[in-house]
Amino acid sequence: MKKSVFFGTLAGAALTAGIAGATTLEDVKARGELNCGVNTGLVGFAAPDANGNWSGFDVALCKAVAAAVLGDATKVKYVPTTGQTRFTALASGEIDMLARNSTWTFSRDTDLKLDFVGVNYYDGQGFMVRKESGVTSAKELDGASVCIQTGTTTELNLADYFKANNMSYQPITIDSNAEGEQQYLAGACDAYTTDASGLAATRAAFADPENHIILPEIISKEPLGPAVRHGDSEWADIVRWTLNALIAAEEYGVTSANIDELAKGTENPEINRLLGVEGDLGAMTGLDKDWAVRAIKAGGNYGEIFAATIGESTPIALARGLNAQWTQGGLLYAPPFR
Amino acid sequence: MSETHAQSTAFVRDTMLPQMEPPNQQSGAVKWLRENLFAGWFNTVLTLLGLAVVYWLVTHFYPWFRHGVWSANSMAECRTIIAERWGEGASGACWAVINERWHQFLFGFYPPELYWRPIAVFLGLFLAVAPVLFTQLPRQMLIFSLAFPLLAIWLLWGGSVWPIAMIAVGFGLGFALIKTLGGQSVLLGMAAGIVVPVLFWLYAVGPIDAVLTQALPIGLEPVASDRFGGFLLAITIGAGGIALSLPLGIILALGRQSDMFLIKSFSVMFIEFIRGVPLITLLFVASLLLNYFLPPGTNFDIILRVMILVTLFAAAYIAEVIRGGLAALPRGQYEAADALGLDYWRAQRLIILPQALKISIPGIVSTFIGMFKDTTLVTFVGLFDPLKGIPDFIRADFAWKGTYWEHFIFVGAIFFILNFSMSRYAMYLERKLKRDHR
Repeated sequence: MKKSVFFGTLAGAALTAGIAGATTLEDVKARGELNCGVNTGLVGFAAPDANGNWSGFDVALCKAVAAAVLGDATKVKYVPTTGQTRFTALASGEIDMLARNSTWTFSRDTDLKLDFVGVNYYDGQGFMVRKESGVTSAKELDGASVCIQTGTTTELNLADYFKANNMSYQPITIDSNAEGEQQYLAGACDAYTTDASGLAATRAAFADPENHIILPEIISKEPLGPAVRHGDSEWADIVRWTLNALIAAEEYGVTSANIDELAKGTENPEINRLLGVEGDLGAMTGLDKDWAVRAIKAGGNYGEIFAATIGESTPIALARGLNAQWTQGGLLYAPPFR
Repeated sequence: MSETHAQSTAFVRDTMLPQMEPPNQQSGAVKWLRENLFAGWFNTVLTLLGLAVVYWLVTHFYPWFRHGVWSANSMAECRTIIAERWGEGASGACWAVINERWHQFLFGFYPPELYWRPIAVFLGLFLAVAPVLFTQLPRQMLIFSLAFPLLAIWLLWGGSVWPIAMIAVGFGLGFALIKTLGGQSVLLGMAAGIVVPVLFWLYAVGPIDAVLTQALPIGLEPVASDRFGGFLLAITIGAGGIALSLPLGIILALGRQSDMFLIKSFSVMFIEFIRGVPLITLLFVASLLLNYFLPPGTNFDIILRVMILVTLFAAAYIAEVIRGGLAALPRGQYEAADALGLDYWRAQRLIILPQALKISIPGIVSTFIGMFKDTTLVTFVGLFDPLKGIPDFIRADFAWKGTYWEHFIFVGAIFFILNFSMSRYAMYLERKLKRDHR
């Protein structure tokens, strides 16, 4: 059943790609609005407030792209997508880009006909246990019952990990993060597993965070990144380089506070090229030369976005870790703007 | 009184005894308890077990309700307040989340300054439904009922008034054609009544609309479908589905009973196909598959798509319920209609359907209630239903992460009120129509 839906999806995608003459960039400009696929609600990454305004780490990327392309960070229509609908929504053209904490995997990039254009958050799967259980390492979880969300890569990772370490476990399947928390708190499972960022947020929201520990083992690589449709490389370039501009801006010390100053021209030619003072990089992607200035102004550079949405000053309090600049021992490494 | 027994009995009463209270054991609460709760050892054991369960439930959950906090800015604040008031370790409900976000449960992301529009539609709904439900009301009110769906669409989504007016004109045109031509031939009237409005909508509306909008730009601020959520979404889809699925269901039920091969087989195929497929599948079709079939760039509203498929789904079930009603009618009713010389439509309208529908009321209302609750499934296509969609994103706000049961209890209570009133009305209707053959 899954297979046939798949083929239908692919055939449909090929069909629409064939019929649609206009590029995504033209569509977005004509519409005057960016359709950005986001999570239906994930702490720190995408959540609407009491007035219905979206904010979060993934949402900030939508805003940056909208600012770069349309000149206005508010011209975004947030399309909430579920784990089931996210990729089909992209393939069918309902959304222009997907910024929904989706793991970049081989099959998604190839078989599903998506293009992951980069990584905006390096995540990994971890475990949380009650302190009183005395467990200090995931290796000690043999025979444990584990709460696990169905239909996610985490479910497969869990099976792989326990198999590789020759341990057994009893999965308690849950449908959503909120349900997982309830099950875990009610004692239905010994350990709760999901992405480490999610675990940190979950633990921080507990009444007694000190009684729960996150085990040191990270059992998988979860590079979360924005994705676009196969076949429109120009649009992929725009989203990719908007993300890179945010990352590069942090590396070069361009912030939303000093960007107006720097945009007048600096000693550093790389910054000048990024901000459109020198050369005309924007035109090469079909945008104007101030595109990166607008993208960075929308929510600040990568570091500012991180700090405002999920960083250590927020209740979620995630450390930069792998998501620090390469100069700081992290994995963020924007290719040169040249 | 005769003298016969004067010697044999020492005493004969010649007045009635005053009525006495029955013995304690045989009256009032004691009797009721003995008969209903403690009749025999088995019932006694069951009663005691039941009491134990109730006691356990109350002692476990009542404190949680009693400790409830109504005003706070976050879950953490709720916890501090509860700990202050009731001591460390006390647990309590954090109703503050409902207090702060209730409008999102009711309206989703609908712009707050425009809340009067859905509220007006909701109140109008009662006004429009009233003459349908209560026959005592003046029949002229039905005109409002007929116009209400279009009015509701305009109020909810906003935009220019003219496209809506054009739709109304189209219906008027169709109705007039059926009235005039229907006199000669029912079939011709129906055909013209359907084809002409469709042609009118396809070709004439565009230009007329453009002219009128230029001349008289009357309109409300448009609200896009992605702003709909919560009970506004559930009731919009539910009420729309109910209003559309009943006529469609009746037509399908009649179609299935028809002698005409094509109509019969189409109805059977439709009903069996829809009933054989889970609703979620249809919703996925609405949200994803239709995008592939339609030409790129067409903007076919997601709520409309979902509403259409929910309607089709409910119609298939309604059709079967009504078929049950039709089958329950004695053969003589059909023959009587024939004997009176009524044609098919008159026979259905005057004799068959009124009786069949009366019989089907409980089934129809059950289907409606089920359908209304099923609207929460739209969460799977990324719409914000009140049960899962709204709570999920409220919990995505760190301040309210950790709230769980509060959402379910609040939403459950509203659903209960709505569904319970529907079921009560159905019972009233049944009593009033006295459909039993006693």
